[in-house]
Amino acid sequence: MNPPANSAANRKVALFVPCFVDQVAPRAAIDAVTVLRRIGCEIVFPDDQTCCGQPGFNTGHWEVARPCAEHFVRVFSRYDAIVCPSGSCTSMVRKHYPEVLESTPLRGDAVEVGKRVFEFAEYLVRVAGVTDVGARFPHAVTYHPSCHATRELGIYDEPMQLLRAVRDIDLRPLPNEGECCGFGGMFSTKFGMISAAMGDTKAGNIEQAGAEYVTTVDPSCLMHLEGVFGATGRKLKTIYLASILANTDGGADRGVNSPRRAK
Amino acid sequence: MSAAAQEFLVNAIAKSSDLEHRALIQRGMLSYDAAVVKGKLRFSDWEAARDRCAAVKAEGIANLGRLLIEFERRITQRGGHVHWAENAGQANEYVVELARARNVKTVVKSKSMVTEEIHLGAALEKNGITVWETDLGEFIVQLRREPPYHIVTPAMHLSRRQIADLFRDKLGEDVKDADPGRLVAAARVALRRAFFAAEMGISGANFLVADSGMVAISTNEGNGRLTTTIPRIHVVVAGIEKVIPRMSDLAALWPVLATSGTGQPITTYSTLIRGPRSAGENDGPEEFHVVLVDNGRTELLANPETEEVLKCIRCGACLNICPIFRHVGGHTYGTIYPGPIGSIYTPRTKDLSEWGHLSYACSICTACKGVCPVKIDLPKQLLLTRRDFISGRNVKAAERAGFAAFRWVTASGGRFQLMGWLGRKAVAAVNAFGLSGTALDPMRAWTKYRSPMKFPKKSFRGWWRDNGNR
Repeated sequence: MNPPANSAANRKVALFVPCFVDQVAPRAAIDAVTVLRRIGCEIVFPDDQTCCGQPGFNTGHWEVARPCAEHFVRVFSRYDAIVCPSGSCTSMVRKHYPEVLESTPLRGDAVEVGKRVFEFAEYLVRVAGVTDVGARFPHAVTYHPSCHATRELGIYDEPMQLLRAVRDIDLRPLPNEGECCGFGGMFSTKFGMISAAMGDTKAGNIEQAGAEYVTTVDPSCLMHLEGVFGATGRKLKTIYLASILANTDGGADRGVNSPRRAK
Repeated sequence: MSAAAQEFLVNAIAKSSDLEHRALIQRGMLSYDAAVVKGKLRFSDWEAARDRCAAVKAEGIANLGRLLIEFERRITQRGGHVHWAENAGQANEYVVELARARNVKTVVKSKSMVTEEIHLGAALEKNGITVWETDLGEFIVQLRREPPYHIVTPAMHLSRRQIADLFRDKLGEDVKDADPGRLVAAARVALRRAFFAAEMGISGANFLVADSGMVAISTNEGNGRLTTTIPRIHVVVAGIEKVIPRMSDLAALWPVLATSGTGQPITTYSTLIRGPRSAGENDGPEEFHVVLVDNGRTELLANPETEEVLKCIRCGACLNICPIFRHVGGHTYGTIYPGPIGSIYTPRTKDLSEWGHLSYACSICTACKGVCPVKIDLPKQLLLTRRDFISGRNVKAAERAGFAAFRWVTASGGRFQLMGWLGRKAVAAVNAFGLSGTALDPMRAWTKYRSPMKFPKKSFRGWWRDNGNR
């Protein structure tokens, strides 16, 4: 894609922080800010934003998803580029708002906003045209291609390119990488035992990859996997893509929902 | 929660924690994955092949009434009989009455999901007729008095050892070392006897070809040909959605069906049947009947949102790729059609309140959408099923209240910030008092199967207030 907003002067982005990232995994968004600023982005955070509505949409509560979508469209319509540290929430806006807002006045605006919402790695590579952000991360890492980013948005090469450019990283292929980790939004609590079993299978594959860390473009998968690792007594660690990219020193514990431990 | 939902929960807990079962299924499915990847390489353009199949099936569905009548006309012209059954009861009654009138004692069946759906085998047995399933997998699960585990590979949940034990107990055949070749030979001995004893053969249909009035059947074991040619009566039982416009459409459908299901270039035996034995022919049945089964299908057809579900050709690809199927297995669903397609089909054609929970047994990973050979948007269909389940008020009061609160909270950034802060404080307090995972833990649905989340002191918003405008 020809980068439309590639000049440093024009890298103005609005940050769309998913509700659970805001409340539970802020590190993911903070590290995204660090990386975006490093490549010269000017960032605004529209503070009336709340949730994209996916929890309602995915559970059949469209009566809840619809006002969330309308709220999102009203808050973000005025921005040219919107960056989101989650493939799944990006996909909700781009792929599902037109369905949720079918035959409502805001549908047209939603389609337009959808074209300007970018998942974080997608923004860096496809829009800003950057693959090397000057990161260093001397650890064995494997990439879990999260479902909605990979299959709904076609984002796979972008995070891989970004990871390959990280200094001293030991990037490991993940066996059966395309299988879901088991999070699935409310699925993770409605059918917790199936979700955890799926996480356990994923964990086994990560171990088989010989990785110390698993990373992806969706902090929600990592939140779930971190919980599964803990419950099954595994030493594996999770790290959101931006947190790897934010590192320039050598890395520390940046579990997706743990505050940075290293002082 | 419906009785079926409770049963699903209980069985899902048991199966997803059964490591042996999980390993067996995972191994089987990964070998399918590899075979399908290889099989697709034989196509110069796999996506174009899928598009063609999707278009053919869509055309069939769009012209269903006309094509079925064309099919019927051609079959009747050749002396065959076509019976239209609105539901399972009517279909079974027709076959049972026919068997009675012709003094049938033994029936052989080739593999057919629609006969499982209408429980035809049980209806015949209730009337004193002996029924032999002749597909090896179906034969095995029939001996175990079990429903099929998977729509293509009914006995994939069993090990060779288990099958050898079963044959020893039920057939009196002691197969040493559970050697697959000898297990097959043992089954063949029993089944050959049945083929030659049977007065009636019952098959399904993979496709009903309208322009030539033919029934297309795919099998891998040749049992389909024996079932449809040896007994003096052949009955085809087929869902009405099986009709396709033209013979030439099979050129697209047959290879794609086989590759999607098992990775094969084409199923071993592809059979086309056009009616009873005619004058001058040596083989074939004296009588030929086709039972066209509706059983809820016209309801799917009547709704523009759901009619695409009827495109399904029962290849099993969505079951094979489904990570939920891979962890709970086929029997847990409690339905004839398990996996993604079944979790749409069952609630839509049976009872949404009773079976709607199945549409939630899915992480919306969307892998099935990518493998469906006729391009049914399965994840979308699952989400639409959920939407209709909720609007039918099939929801616990607590969930409804929770979402009402969620709606209120997410209507403004200020409210969201305040409620988020309160929520994090509450969870921190629970964790501080060591109550994580107890009845007082608001996160217990999460922590039941996972270590507790470490909640940050500050939200991103809080951090942004301090560091955002540097």
